Amino acid sequence: MEHIRMPKVENVRLLDRVSSRKAALGTLYLTATHVIFVENASETRKETWVLHSQISSIEKQATTATGCPLLIRCKNFQVIQLIIPQERDCHDVYISLIRLARPVRYEELYCFSFNPKLDKEEREQGWKLVDLNEEYNRMGIPNDYWQISDVNRDYGVCDSYPTEVYVPKSATAHIIVGSSKFRSRRRFPALSYYCKDNNASICRSSQPLSGFSARCLEDEQMLQAIRKANPGSDFLYVVDTRPKLNAMANRAAGKGYENEDNYSNIKFQFIGIENIHVMRNSLQKMLEVCELKSPSMSDFLWGLENSGWLKHIKAIMDAGIFIAKAVAEEGVSVLVHCSDGWDRTAQVCSVASLLLDPYYRTMKGFMVLIEKDWISFGHKFNHRYGNLDGDPKEISPVIDQFIECVWQLMEQFPCAFEFNERFLIHIQHHIYSCQFGNFLCNSQKERRELKIQERTYSLWAHLWKNRADYLNPLYRSNHSQTQGTLYPQMAPCNFLYKFWSGMYNRFEKGLHPRQSVTDYLMAVKEETQQLEEELEVLGERLANLQKMQLNDNKIQSKQQDRSKQLGLSASTNSLANTPQEYSSDLKSFPSRSPSQGDEDSALILTQDNLKSSDPDLSANSDQESGVEDLSCRSPSGGGCLPSEDSGKDSDEAVCLAV
Amino acid sequence: MEFSELIKTATVESVLLSCAGLPPVRGTLCITSHHLLLSSCPGGDGQPGTMELWLLIRNVDAVEKRVQNLGWYQPPRTNDSPRDTRLAGSSGTITLRCKDLKVLQLEIPGMEECLNIASSIEALSSVDSVMMMYPFFYRPQDLRLEEGWHLFPLEQYFQQIAAQTSQWRLSDLNRDFTTCPTYPADVIVPAAVSDDTLRRAARFRQGGRFPVLSYYHPRNGTVLLRSSQPLTGPNRKRCPEDEVLLGMVLDEGERGFIIDTRSAQAAKQARMTGGGTEPKSSYPQWKRLHRPLERGRPLQESFIKLVEACNDASLSMDRWLSRLESCRWLSHVKAALSTACLAAQCLDREEASVLVHGAEGTDTTLLVTALAQVILDPGCRTVVGFQGLLEREWIEAGHPFHLRCARSAYSHARLKQEAPLFLLFLDCVWQLSRQFPFSLEFGESLLLTLFDNAYASDYGTFLCNNEKERCLCKVKENTHSLWAWLNQPEEKKKYLNPLYSHNPLVIWPSVEPQSIQLWQGLFFRWIRPSQYLDEARAEMQRLVEGNEAPAKESAGSRLSRSLSDPAAWTENER
Repeated sequence: MEHIRMPKVENVRLLDRVSSRKAALGTLYLTATHVIFVENASETRKETWVLHSQISSIEKQATTATGCPLLIRCKNFQVIQLIIPQERDCHDVYISLIRLARPVRYEELYCFSFNPKLDKEEREQGWKLVDLNEEYNRMGIPNDYWQISDVNRDYGVCDSYPTEVYVPKSATAHIIVGSSKFRSRRRFPALSYYCKDNNASICRSSQPLSGFSARCLEDEQMLQAIRKANPGSDFLYVVDTRPKLNAMANRAAGKGYENEDNYSNIKFQFIGIENIHVMRNSLQKMLEVCELKSPSMSDFLWGLENSGWLKHIKAIMDAGIFIAKAVAEEGVSVLVHCSDGWDRTAQVCSVASLLLDPYYRTMKGFMVLIEKDWISFGHKFNHRYGNLDGDPKEISPVIDQFIECVWQLMEQFPCAFEFNERFLIHIQHHIYSCQFGNFLCNSQKERRELKIQERTYSLWAHLWKNRADYLNPLYRSNHSQTQGTLYPQMAPCNFLYKFWSGMYNRFEKGLHPRQSVTDYLMAVKEETQQLEEELEVLGERLANLQKMQLNDNKIQSKQQDRSKQLGLSASTNSLANTPQEYSSDLKSFPSRSPSQGDEDSALILTQDNLKSSDPDLSANSDQESGVEDLSCRSPSGGGCLPSEDSGKDSDEAVCLAV
Repeated sequence: MEFSELIKTATVESVLLSCAGLPPVRGTLCITSHHLLLSSCPGGDGQPGTMELWLLIRNVDAVEKRVQNLGWYQPPRTNDSPRDTRLAGSSGTITLRCKDLKVLQLEIPGMEECLNIASSIEALSSVDSVMMMYPFFYRPQDLRLEEGWHLFPLEQYFQQIAAQTSQWRLSDLNRDFTTCPTYPADVIVPAAVSDDTLRRAARFRQGGRFPVLSYYHPRNGTVLLRSSQPLTGPNRKRCPEDEVLLGMVLDEGERGFIIDTRSAQAAKQARMTGGGTEPKSSYPQWKRLHRPLERGRPLQESFIKLVEACNDASLSMDRWLSRLESCRWLSHVKAALSTACLAAQCLDREEASVLVHGAEGTDTTLLVTALAQVILDPGCRTVVGFQGLLEREWIEAGHPFHLRCARSAYSHARLKQEAPLFLLFLDCVWQLSRQFPFSLEFGESLLLTLFDNAYASDYGTFLCNNEKERCLCKVKENTHSLWAWLNQPEEKKKYLNPLYSHNPLVIWPSVEPQSIQLWQGLFFRWIRPSQYLDEARAEMQRLVEGNEAPAKESAGSRLSRSLSDPAAWTENER
């Protein structure tokens, strides 16, 4: 709190990015965790909340007559333009935010104060939702070829790897440790994905310290062990995801890549994905294009191409496709690495897994995938996403690119994924929000030291609880697209890679389709399901009724028999129930009554009745709201018609400012 | 002329047909007056049915032939080696590039046959006489000739307006097409303006296209008018009748907007050739706005370039977007949508009437007025309403379909007056349907069918350039209407949008570049495999319509479906 110089500023204007004429007047609040803007307009009092951890940059612009503009860019691609009347207030807000947006200790992050009102047990349950041992068991491991190794149990071999690592059975501790000494940051080859149908696997590591001529027997044995763990294949692909030139340059620093002559039966392959610095600049350039004010089609397309963003996305996809094909079609195992093996390697392994295994295309499976390939294998979340104040050159949208790859696949295979676009957007949001502990720190070791699981909550549990919001209505577990490997179209497929406005312009509601097909279909699906359940209940009721009637008849006839025997009249027997009484019993049975749901209103769905879990993602319900988004502005300001165009040259056209 | 004179070889056996993404089919090739027919050898490979391809020859945009002489590369052993063996080994490949952008390849044994077939197709596909075209010969059994031709009489449209205001009247001054050869017989004009005044005003407008009502906005009584450019010429001529006509549209103190679809510069230049634009001094209540839209040859070239880029398999990702940009097509889409939105905004928000014109008033003008109506009027967003709109604002309004759609994107012929304005319109409607997925009763498939039929059709609906020509050719008497076919319940069902729910509001689209997408369903229809997207569509249909399991399709019927244009693959149907 000591960093907040100015907790509240009044008469602040929030500008609309698309049409600069629209601005909302309101009050700006700075709290320990959020920047909050509350509109004055009494009927709505719309609130805009921004987490400090989402702020990526703050820019104070030159004071104008109307006030002092402040531009806040967020990591979830929201851009907020404020105009603060007093220069001094603006400066105070600016200074406060600079500090608040760059925490120096983990304890300052939101997840340590975020309390979703769950008890200890629920929190623990939440963290147990995703269990990697269970996942490797699902893959069929341990088995005859693969085993769990405790060689890294106290992070003694590699401090950015998890304690539990899966390696070939024939790889002894000696080989592993030897190999680790020959790899950057000691990231030795370990199992990422195993295909139990054909024993082919995807392993990952960092680059070898081969320099120009160095060799390491244990490393060579390690690769051989991986190859031999796939008895059906007589060679192993080694995929270096870097451009060849970069890899060669690394040799001068004593690093580099595998020499095919030294390793028996490997096929070495470069797949040129650029490094984090290129990707950071590419994103920067693309965001500049997104921020253009009323750009022309040419500005946009040129800008998008110059950013290179889609080219990079395609490079990652191509690498993933290559590996998936090697595993599924050729039955060949693949070892993937880049430099340190925690950025491009994570991207490529997870894309390949997603293509190969339908499980990762389910909601739970996707969480597992991120946990496996990103969190456990030491992707440096803190450095890449700038959670704590650090070196800006370490920041890069590595996982953002992976998430976009998934979206691009969803566009090509609309029925293949159990989750929808919103799920991806929320995961991206929370990678930066620091509201949950999952993505904190740079490694499992750091997270354990910080006792993340005891002190914060898990995002996976939160998403799982709200999973109804994230379902893809077109997904059906028995659909052909949900079976087996996905084979994306290769060439010519440039047009398949599209700009993802749902992510990068997600806060410009005006740019998106005004009606959400996903929400509509989801609602229809729910409605159908409900009706089906009712049908089932009614069916059961009917069956029960019939049965009971039958029983009743039997009882009655039995009783009559008995009463005859006993010489009693049936009518005096109080045990004889009547059907009416059964039906009065059934009244308490859950059935549809007018109060429970109005059929008409449920069938006629508008977006207004569709809920959305996060306020920032709520659907745009105003179908007419598009009017201000048109670049063709209102033809005239009002009654200024004669004056504007009564000049001498009557042929001079009225050209409106556009 | 006899068609048979153009057919050099009528039948060739054992022709291999291939089309991107589909298994090749071998069969007998026949050429008839209007069709190219390939019938697969029945019984082969245990296939039960015979596959038949019926390709309307009018649909062929370009014929490319390549002959290989298989014996050619063998070194001739002796001088007297018989020439026949070489011929027997020769074969040819004909690539047919169709107006609907489909590309077919025929491998024909025998060089001579190949050349003959190619030249026959070339000759038949360039027959330009309207009366010789297939619609005049097509006689389907389940349709009557007169059906569908009088579904949308202007009278009926006028009655809707007359129910709300008496300021407009239906005039038949053009019944003999003398006042304006490109207008229909009936037009809606201000009630207070006499036919005589209209005739004089018509003389002041290019091609006689005087301002007429295009759309009446019932919410506030404003109107959308269209015309051609005024013939002010270099001497700034005036025409009192034209001024009266436009003056009558507005009440005292009311203002209106003239949206000129040319740049201010181009409009000014048009004066040198006798055209021009409305000077402020003569039309004081009207305010002119210039929104330049591309037309004519540059638009056709944009279309050609785009199709070329889409078919370029060698294009790498880092060049794709700039290539797309250099085609300019999406810029044209954005400009057309923006201008239509401007017109709609003037009517609905500014509550001002609007006159739209460019030069001739038959191209960009109609693009803007028709599109504005889709945005404003929920009635135009139904299947039938959309047909009515096309009939009124494109066909009867005199868009020269015969000239504009004579050739598509593949043709090597010299461009004459081709321009894909109608396609641009369909693309814009597709953009609307993407942004408002529930608001249009029809889906992409209707737009695709309309595109196909505008360029080559079994039906007479898009024949000729205007109503006058249609009368001369007796199109309505001697051909079937596309609408009659489309409106058969079984057929209509295919074009419905399962998500449709009536939306009474104006649909304001976003025209930001991020919101405008390349229409893959059209430009990549024959290139990308659409199986996964088709499955998604079927799944959607299934969800909305209940829980019937999607019918499993045999590979054969899928082949016939994915090749289906109205006259393409059918299984023993004809």
